[in-house]
Amino acid sequence: MVAAVGDVFKALADPTRRAILDELQERDGQTLFELCTRLVGRHGLGSSRQAVSQHLDVLEAAGLVRTRRQGRYKFHDLDTSPLRAVTERWRLDRRGANP
Amino acid sequence: MRITVTSVLVDDQEKALRFYTEVLGFAKKTEIPLGEHRWLTLVSPQDPDGVELALEPDEHHGAQAFKRTLVEDGIPYTMFSVEDVQAEHDRLTGLGVVFTQPPTEMGGMTTAVLDDTCGNLLMIAAMQPAADG
Repeated sequence: MVAAVGDVFKALADPTRRAILDELQERDGQTLFELCTRLVGRHGLGSSRQAVSQHLDVLEAAGLVRTRRQGRYKFHDLDTSPLRAVTERWRLDRRGANP
Repeated sequence: MRITVTSVLVDDQEKALRFYTEVLGFAKKTEIPLGEHRWLTLVSPQDPDGVELALEPDEHHGAQAFKRTLVEDGIPYTMFSVEDVQAEHDRLTGLGVVFTQPPTEMGGMTTAVLDDTCGNLLMIAAMQPAADG
């Protein structure tokens, strides 16, 4: 199901959530533990696991993160497809635009 | 007061003994029969008089639920130091070990997370060598 565009904007409005997307862009298939460690080690964001878990819920509701269970592990993947709705509404290649 | 033993809760002591010695490379230090189970500890061959690791049965249902939720979120039960995380990752992967996190550099350390086949994830870690200059 395609998420509403509003959810995407809300999801992107938070710097911690943007950092989560940055880290998933580098490597899909991360556990909650790996994401938390990367946020501390690379972004200086010492959010609790519970807070990161809640950020992931928001990103998942916006369709930007997908969760997959593989055996006993839960991995998170980046999905950039909801961003297409943004550029389809305000086109990058708009005709008649000033350079 | 000193820390002499730490423990990991395993689903099967015999299977754990094989994995922790034959795959990870630890050595058996003590084995005392205790009815159905054993008091079973390991040491690192690099530090035979160092802290021992006890392989304890995880029979308590609370322990199993605890382990399951840690594994689901990718959280290691404990961690071990290695010289070279990438080399250890490559050696263990060659032996069929599953990693939930490949070697990753963060905050001055390189870490990786592996499955001990006994219901736990384990972190291996090395401090990065200080940059010259």
